[in-house]
Amino acid sequence: MNIEGKKIAILGDRDGIPGPAIEECVKTAGAEIVFSTTECFV
Amino acid sequence: MPKAVVKGAGYALIHANDMILTHGTTLTTERMSNPDSDLFADVPKNVQSFEETVAYPPNQCYIGNINPDELANISSPWYENGIENASRFGKFGEIMPLNEFIGAMRLSDTFDLVMLEKDFAEKVKAALTEHPLFSAEEVAKIGNGYDLALIQGLLDAHKADPLTFDGKIVGCVKQAHDFDVNLNSHVMFENLVAKASGVVALRNLLAKTDIDINEIEYVIETSEEACGDMNQRGGGNFAKAIGEMGGLANATGSDTRGFCAAPVHGLINATALVSSGIFKNVVVLAGGATAKLGMNARDHIKKGVPVLENCIGTFAVLIGEDDGVSPVVRTDAVGRHKISSGASPQAVTTAIVTEPLDSVGLKITDVDKFSVEMQNPEITKPAGAGDVPTANYKMIAALGVKRGDLDRKELMNFVKKHGMQGWAPTQGHIPSGVPYVGFAREAIVNGEINRAMIIGKGSLFLGRMTNLFDGVSIIMEKNTGEGSADSVAREDIRQMIAEAMRKLGDSLVSQE
Repeated sequence: MNIEGKKIAILGDRDGIPGPAIEECVKTAGAEIVFSTTECFV
Repeated sequence: MPKAVVKGAGYALIHANDMILTHGTTLTTERMSNPDSDLFADVPKNVQSFEETVAYPPNQCYIGNINPDELANISSPWYENGIENASRFGKFGEIMPLNEFIGAMRLSDTFDLVMLEKDFAEKVKAALTEHPLFSAEEVAKIGNGYDLALIQGLLDAHKADPLTFDGKIVGCVKQAHDFDVNLNSHVMFENLVAKASGVVALRNLLAKTDIDINEIEYVIETSEEACGDMNQRGGGNFAKAIGEMGGLANATGSDTRGFCAAPVHGLINATALVSSGIFKNVVVLAGGATAKLGMNARDHIKKGVPVLENCIGTFAVLIGEDDGVSPVVRTDAVGRHKISSGASPQAVTTAIVTEPLDSVGLKITDVDKFSVEMQNPEITKPAGAGDVPTANYKMIAALGVKRGDLDRKELMNFVKKHGMQGWAPTQGHIPSGVPYVGFAREAIVNGEINRAMIIGKGSLFLGRMTNLFDGVSIIMEKNTGEGSADSVAREDIRQMIAEAMRKLGDSLVSQE
């Protein structure tokens, strides 16, 4: 999926892939991060 | 440098179905946002009774009656395969019914904030008198109780939080101040639960460990609560308050915080205090959290699973001077997630697992067991959080493959051999590495394994002060029995001083 130029909201998982790690990937793909958070489900 | 060893561990669960409704945040927030929610009727219909909670295999594992290997051999779903004739008392601790625990809260209540209804107070005294870790003299301090009307009046005036048992109001916890939000009845309730549950774990530790309590010099409390008033939120100190209730007359203490990672931070601090010679014996402990009770109740009910988050968890570990037998905590291989480490799972695992191993020339496969976050997967999977321990083991194994410590096709074998099924309740800090310390001590002493890594991870971002994650680890390993030059020398010095004192005494007597 091409996300270049898209606006992205990120919901990270503390025990999966946390928000900041997803942010790095999304930035590399040329998307705009409009919201990013990491939640803890345990 | 003297060695620090793990001398013992105590664990307890408190059966707290009623507190899911009154103090679990899933239910309390639902009450605010959707007061007519079906959840209030559904939760009581979908909880395990005390007997079912005692028989539930992960809970039997938590108190040491079955070990992690035995748990893994029990068919899932575990909630349909309870252990017959299971005991509430175990090798490492106990599962306490709520009525007894409310009595323990009253006994932990230095400022007369806990009010029990008269009849309930009598029943609690009768029940706690039978408990091996509470004396009749102490139980009498519960008092005669109060009229229910008085308690109800305080609840109606919003000056108290309810204590319920089997769905009925049996008492309350009063506010400790008229205006101070940090001393309101809700905070006092949570803090008294943390204190009293910590006391239960401490007493179990002391009962099951060969230690003179007068030789315990320090307590580190590692829960996720904060006690203090409006001028010093979180000023402390649970540690000393719990130590007082455990009879640790010669101890002081302090609270260490770090979300779920705090217990392992506590173990690191305790190891440092003992191995530096500052204190001989240090207890690391934590009480449990009412807020997380029933946290995933909505998903559990939706999936036809009992509301398994019905227990308050608590633990206590004793770190002491080298006894030549107990497992040693290594001081040269402490893992830490640094501020600069990064947030990706690979970066986190590298910082916590492989960097400390590299620093002492060990491979991933040199660690027999990794105790990661040992959440019971039957709680987390229906809630969409997956099997947390297994995910951690896969990441460790994948790093091992990348480093050449193991072959790619050995990945799942590694997970099975070096990992474990989770058994701990989702009480935040409680599952974080420490549930295995008691088993690790036993397995290392018995020669079944040589080395275990205990890992704690914490979600610091929940406090909204930083986006950083946190994690630390320690390695427990077999005691060679060789002692250390410093500790031998110190013992020699003690003997010399004792001999000199005896001679002085003799000379004084002869002069008379």
